[in-house]
This record gives sequence, C-alpha cells and structure tokens, in this order.
Amino acid sequence: MTVLQNIVSILSVKTVGIAGAGGLGSNVASALVRSGVGKLIIADIDTVSEANLNRQFYFADQVGRPKVDALRENLLRINPRAEAKVYHCRVTENNAGLLFGSCDVVIEAFDRADEKKWFAEWMIAHYPAKPLIMGSGMAGYGSPQKLRVQKSGNLYICGDQQETDENLVPLMAPRVILVAMIQADLALELLLQE
Amino acid sequence: MTITLNNRKETFPPAEMSIAQIMNVKQFHFKMLIVKLNGKLIPRESWTLTLVRDADRLDIIHLVSGG
Repeated sequence: MTVLQNIVSILSVKTVGIAGAGGLGSNVASALVRSGVGKLIIADIDTVSEANLNRQFYFADQVGRPKVDALRENLLRINPRAEAKVYHCRVTENNAGLLFGSCDVVIEAFDRADEKKWFAEWMIAHYPAKPLIMGSGMAGYGSPQKLRVQKSGNLYICGDQQETDENLVPLMAPRVILVAMIQADLALELLLQE
Repeated sequence: MTITLNNRKETFPPAEMSIAQIMNVKQFHFKMLIVKLNGKLIPRESWTLTLVRDADRLDIIHLVSGG
C-alpha cells in the first residue's frame, strides 16, 4: 500500500459535517471529496444566485437551484462513488444534533457572524470533544499572509478575524477559497492524527 | 499577573482583572466575540464580573461575517 492509499483508506471511513454550502462550505466539500473523505453531511437553506458565482463552487446553469442539490451534483461529478448526504434546511438548535452528532469533524461555513456565534456556542455546549473548524475574516483581496488559525481547545478559527465594511470590502474568490482550503486541510490533519 | 491570551503570554500589572477590563486594555471592541476562560465559555453578561488571575488561559475570538 502506498502512503496515499493508506491515507485514503483512513479517510474513507470518516464523516465530516458542513454547516452551510456557500463560499466556504462548497469549496471545503470539493477538497474533502477529492481527498477521499468517506461521507459528507451538508446542510444549507439557500439557493444558488448569480452573485455567488464569484467565489462559490457552482456553475451558471445552476442558478436558482438549492445549493445543496447543486453541490451534491458537482461532488458526484468529481467522484461518482462519493457519499454526500445533503439537507435543504436551515441549521437550528433543534436539528444541529441530528445533522452533525455523528460527524468526526464539523466545519462551520455560515455567512453571518451571528450564525457563527450561536453555532460555536451550541457546539461547545453540546459536543465539547468534537473538533469544530470555523471561518472568520476573509473579505477583500491581498495580504494572504494574514490568514491564520487560532486554536482554542477543540475550536479552530481560520481567517484574519478582521471586521470590514461589506460595501467597501467585498468577498472575492481567492481569500474565501484560501480560508476554505485551510479549513479542509485542518480537517484532514485532525482526521488523520487519531 | 501573567496569563495566556490567545495562545500568547501576556503580563498585566494588577494581580487580577475582569475579562471586560482586559478587553478594554487590549482593545477588543468587536460586536461578535466568543470568550473562553480556561476552556469554559463565558457569556457576554458575565464579562464584567468574571475575574482573570495569574496563569489563567483566556481566548477571545472575533467572529466576522462572510463565507
């Protein structure tokens, strides 16, 4: 068995939860499927819009469709044997445990800071031992060296943590995808270290 | 006191300070923050009353919209 085959065989029995299928979630999912993670559980309420195409892993002909359905289709185009369980719903305190309780690692991939906050607090309260990898601060362009990971127990925060005015500093593909890739890379590290 | 603030050693002249005082000195003025003291989540309403002492570990995380 080669080193890569060994890695893939370990990852093939792992489950990663992804809360949100926007710029972070859709790109994290593609990297994890390419890496051979056995099962993804993805939840999102949104539909693909024209404005999403500048950074999210969707295509022009998917505008108007639920993101999770379009994402599942794209993931299966990468690997037809990939297992992606998708849920077209808002993640709430009532369903978060059902959605993500069985996951080895959970990725927070919401858009709004208030959603990030309740989800982090809920996960810390209910699943303190489960690694939660969050994204915070990735707007604009430039200064890629400021993107970093802050570790706090089983909580990992990826990004520059810089508050910006969304009207002046838009979200753009490179920094959003960079943070998504940091999240995905960290997920592999945690899945493979056990 | 010397504490570990966001994984870095920091020394403050007083022997103990509230979380709110530390945030003020270190200029953490963001709206969405997660605060953990020695691994325990501290809700916003307790920041003024919760005291940080020597050797404590304090994590203050900014949550910023965008994703």
